Amino acid sequence: MCAALAKPVLYTYFRSSCSWRVRIALALKGIAYDQSPVNLMKDGGQQLTSEFQTVNPMQQVPALKIDGIILSQSLAIIEYLEETRPNPRLLPEDPKKRAQVRMIAEHIASGIQPLQNLSVLQQMGEKKLEWAQQCISHGFKALEQILKETAGRYCIGNEVTVADLCLVPQVYNAERFKVDLTAYPTICRINKALLELEEFRISHPSCQPDTPSELRA
Amino acid sequence: MAASKKPVLYTYFRSSCSWRVRIALALKGIAYDQSPVNLMKDGGQQLTSEFQTVNPMQQVPALKIDGIILSQSLAIIEYLEETRPNPRLLPEDPKKRAQVRMIAEHIASGIQPLQNLSVLQQMGEKKLEWAQQCISHGFKALEQILKETAGRYCIGNEVTVADLCLVPQVYNAERFKVDLTAYPTICRINKALLELEEFRISHPSCQPDTPSELRA
Repeated sequence: MCAALAKPVLYTYFRSSCSWRVRIALALKGIAYDQSPVNLMKDGGQQLTSEFQTVNPMQQVPALKIDGIILSQSLAIIEYLEETRPNPRLLPEDPKKRAQVRMIAEHIASGIQPLQNLSVLQQMGEKKLEWAQQCISHGFKALEQILKETAGRYCIGNEVTVADLCLVPQVYNAERFKVDLTAYPTICRINKALLELEEFRISHPSCQPDTPSELRA
Repeated sequence: MAASKKPVLYTYFRSSCSWRVRIALALKGIAYDQSPVNLMKDGGQQLTSEFQTVNPMQQVPALKIDGIILSQSLAIIEYLEETRPNPRLLPEDPKKRAQVRMIAEHIASGIQPLQNLSVLQQMGEKKLEWAQQCISHGFKALEQILKETAGRYCIGNEVTVADLCLVPQVYNAERFKVDLTAYPTICRINKALLELEEFRISHPSCQPDTPSELRA
């Protein structure tokens, strides 16, 4: 089969919030793809194999094999999809609104998620849960303030953007770590509205090919 | 008149994230004012309620420009790229643009946040060891990526957003005494970039808020 026609391959873990961002983007843009699951827990962590290291030297998911290249870093992947498959758009036309979308996306993707990433939590030992709750709460407190200014139905106005792709998986993480979300009504409202959308549901951790049976919806 | 006011960058001399934006502003020839935020003094000036209205995340950098305030260095830089497109900091080709963003994100979310001030404060005595570990792990991967993509700079021979992230991260690595001999490509690129005027005038050693004992 001609390489140019091969479906994209997403290296993904069902519960990886970063992978979920990309799954949502692929769904929203109607891009058919294959999943190559990477189990972050099994066998000491399949992301640590030398085989996967050639896919992504940082040994993390997601990674996307597409158009003859392999990309890592969820936001870099999503920006590439946006530039090469521009419809429907995930970034507004107006540069100031685009900047706000990216600000919120980066706030989550570099300001919150990495601090509660698997490898960091493994360092925290017993303090793991407390640490995760702290990082997420601190980040959500700021995000709630930002969203009060920018949000309509979704993070920025009434169209789904990259910010929304980052929000829902981070709320999922917050729930996993039992963060009290009552102080963040805007975040909760937006999350609820987004989870009504087909693309956010079919990409959900509870129904992926690699979701363990005990966690399936 | 509000429209003709210079942009204001909230910055700390030694913040690597602030430095990325200082380089971008210099490369694009954008005149701006600095509003220094001392992350150590008075318990941390980023924690004041005044600064919280500038950036609710209570971090630098933040940029007041065109009537809005933006935080997150990469979001700021993409905004500058879109509104002041010359000289360009992202290639034309989408695949190369993706590689630039991949490297930038690798540093900006994969390495730097893990050795950010607030995380290090949690680590207590293990602070130095932790910072070295995060940076080494990230640089090991980055060295492998750059072997594929680099020319004179991170991606080919033009300065891109990836380079704006690299130099400040190497500066952090040196601050935390990371052994850089295993990363020859990173070192070579860093050296080449530091020969450029815009990387030098934005350097932590010569900012308005650089303490006298640390001035070049």
